[in-house]
Amino acid sequence: MKILVCMKQVPQKDAPLKLNEAASWIREDVSYEANEPDAFALEEALRQREKHKGEVVVITSGPARAQQVLREALAKGADRAIHLEDNAFVGFDAFNTAKAIAAAIKDEKFDLIFTGLQSDDYGYAQTGVILAELLGWPHATIIMQIEKTDSGIRVKRELEAGYFQFVDMPLPAVLTIQSGINKLRYATLIGIKQAKNKPIRKVALSEVQSAIGGNLQKIERLYVPQKTKKTEHIEGSPSEIAKKLVDKLRNELRVI
Amino acid sequence: MPDTVLVVVEQREGKLNRVSWETIAAGQAISAATGWMLEAAVVGGSVSALAGEVAVKKIAKVYAVESAKLEPYTPDAFGAALKQFITTRQPKLVLMPHTYQVRDFVPKLATALGRTVISDCIGFKDENGKLLFTRPMFQGKFAADVSFNSEAPWFATFQNGAFRGDKAEAGASAAPVESVKVDIAEGVVRNQPQEVFKEAKQAVDLTQAEIIVSVGRGIKEQKNIELAKQLAEALGGDLAASRPICDSGWLPMDRQIGSSGQTVAPKLYLALGISGAIQHIVGMKGSRAIIAVNKDSEAPIFEIADYAIVGNLFDIVPPLIEEVKKAKAGG
Repeated sequence: MKILVCMKQVPQKDAPLKLNEAASWIREDVSYEANEPDAFALEEALRQREKHKGEVVVITSGPARAQQVLREALAKGADRAIHLEDNAFVGFDAFNTAKAIAAAIKDEKFDLIFTGLQSDDYGYAQTGVILAELLGWPHATIIMQIEKTDSGIRVKRELEAGYFQFVDMPLPAVLTIQSGINKLRYATLIGIKQAKNKPIRKVALSEVQSAIGGNLQKIERLYVPQKTKKTEHIEGSPSEIAKKLVDKLRNELRVI
Repeated sequence: MPDTVLVVVEQREGKLNRVSWETIAAGQAISAATGWMLEAAVVGGSVSALAGEVAVKKIAKVYAVESAKLEPYTPDAFGAALKQFITTRQPKLVLMPHTYQVRDFVPKLATALGRTVISDCIGFKDENGKLLFTRPMFQGKFAADVSFNSEAPWFATFQNGAFRGDKAEAGASAAPVESVKVDIAEGVVRNQPQEVFKEAKQAVDLTQAEIIVSVGRGIKEQKNIELAKQLAEALGGDLAASRPICDSGWLPMDRQIGSSGQTVAPKLYLALGISGAIQHIVGMKGSRAIIAVNKDSEAPIFEIADYAIVGNLFDIVPPLIEEVKKAKAGG
C-alpha cells in the first residue's frame, strides 16, 4: 500500500498566542508541533504499512520551520517526505492548499491519502475532502478503523453521539482520520538517526503556481473573543476556595 | 431572480436533525439583515413529509430534493444532487449545520462548483452590506471575521448551539413545498455504507444528569479519576470526560462529552483539568452553571465558565470533597 499522509505544523497546544500588529494573524514567535489529528493519521499509515507492506510518504506545506514535522515523521518511520516550502503557504485557504498538494503529487501513484480530520489552528476540516474531489477519488471522514478488503477497504466512520458506521470503499481513496484511532508511537533514537538519510523533496511555490488561484475567502480580522459570560474568579488557599465554592453551590446554584 | 439564502436541513431515516432549526433561525436572521429571500431544502429518498415539517417556519419555500440514490447518505450522492439543485436555483448563500455529515460532503460540493465554505461559524455580521462570518480559531483562543472573496453561491456552516432552534420563527401559513427529482447516474456513488449502529451500550444517559463532574487531560493519570469520582458521588452527580480520556480507555465512551459524545445541559457542570477545546465545548456550553478548575489561566474553558478557579485541581478537589460532605451532612 502506498500511503500519503498530509501533515500540518501548528502552534503547540498550550503555547501562549499573541495577535500580530495588523490583527491579521498570530505572532510567529511561538513553539510549533505537528497537528495532533495528523499525528494519528501518520500512526495509522505506519500501522497499515506494517500490516500490508508498502510505502508511507509525508507531505506538508509551509515555511522552512515546517520541515520539523517531516523530520519527526521520518524518524517515526515514514519512508520519504515532500515539503511544499514557502512562507506564502501559511495564508492559503483549504482550497488552495489542496490544489497545491494535488499538483505536487501529480506524478505519484498513491493507494490512500490520509489527513487528520481537522487542524488545531484553523479547524476547518476541509482540506482532505477538497483534495478527494480535485483528484476525483472517493473519500470518507472521521475514520476510526481501516481494514483491507478484496474490493478495496472497509472503514469505520464515526458519527455524533456515539454512533458509528462501516463503509466499503474502492481504492484509491482519501480518508480523514479521527484522533484516538490508535496510540501514537515515539520516534526511537535509531529512527531519528535513520531519518537523516531519508529524502525530503522540496517543491517551490513556483512549481505549483499554475494550479492555484487567489483565496476564495479572507480573514478580515482576528481578535480575542468578546466574553459574554460574567466569570467570577474564586481565589485563596485550597481550603478557602473549597469553602467559598460550597457556599456558592448551596446559596447561589442551589445544588446542595 | 432575487438573492436567496438556502438552508439545507439534515435528516436521517425520516427524522429531522434538531440542529436544523438552529440553521433555519440563522437563515432567518441573515434574511432579515440582508433582505434576501429565505428558502429551505430537505435532501433524501422520499422527504416531502419532512419538507412539510420545515414549511411551518417563516420561509418562502421548501424543496424536497429527492432520489432513491440519496438513501442511505453518501457524499457522492449528496454532492451530485445538491450540485444539480444549486446550479439550477442559484442561491446567493447556502447554510448548513456543522454536523459530521455536512463536514463529509459540503467541501466536496463547494469544490465541484469551484466555490468555498466558511465552516463552523458562531455568528455573522453585516458591515455596510458586507457579510462577515465569525468563527473560532486556535481552539477558541481567538475569533475571526471571514468574508467571501468569490462569486455566489457562498457556503457557510454553523456550529451546534450558535443559534437557538426555538427561536426559528413560525410562518403565518405553511410555505409551499416543491418536489425536485434529481438524476444521479450509475457509478456516481462509490461508497457502500452499512447500517448505523451504537457501540457502547448506553449504561449512563448523561443528558439526564443534573450535576456532572467532568475530567480532561489535566487529570494526568487514570488512577486520579478516583478523585473526580469521589467528588461526583459527594455531589450526587455523574462522572464524565473529554475525548482524550475516553480514547485512552480511562473511562468508557458513553462518558464522553463533546461533538463525538453526548451533548449535555445540566444544572451544574464542573470541569476539572479541561482546557476547553471546541470539540468539547459544543457538548456542554448549554449547561446552566459551569465551574472550571484549570492551572492555565488562559485556558479557553474560562471563556464560558461562571466560576473560575485557576489552580491545581489536585490541591483543590480533596478539600472540596470534604466541604461538600460537611455541607450535605448539615454542617
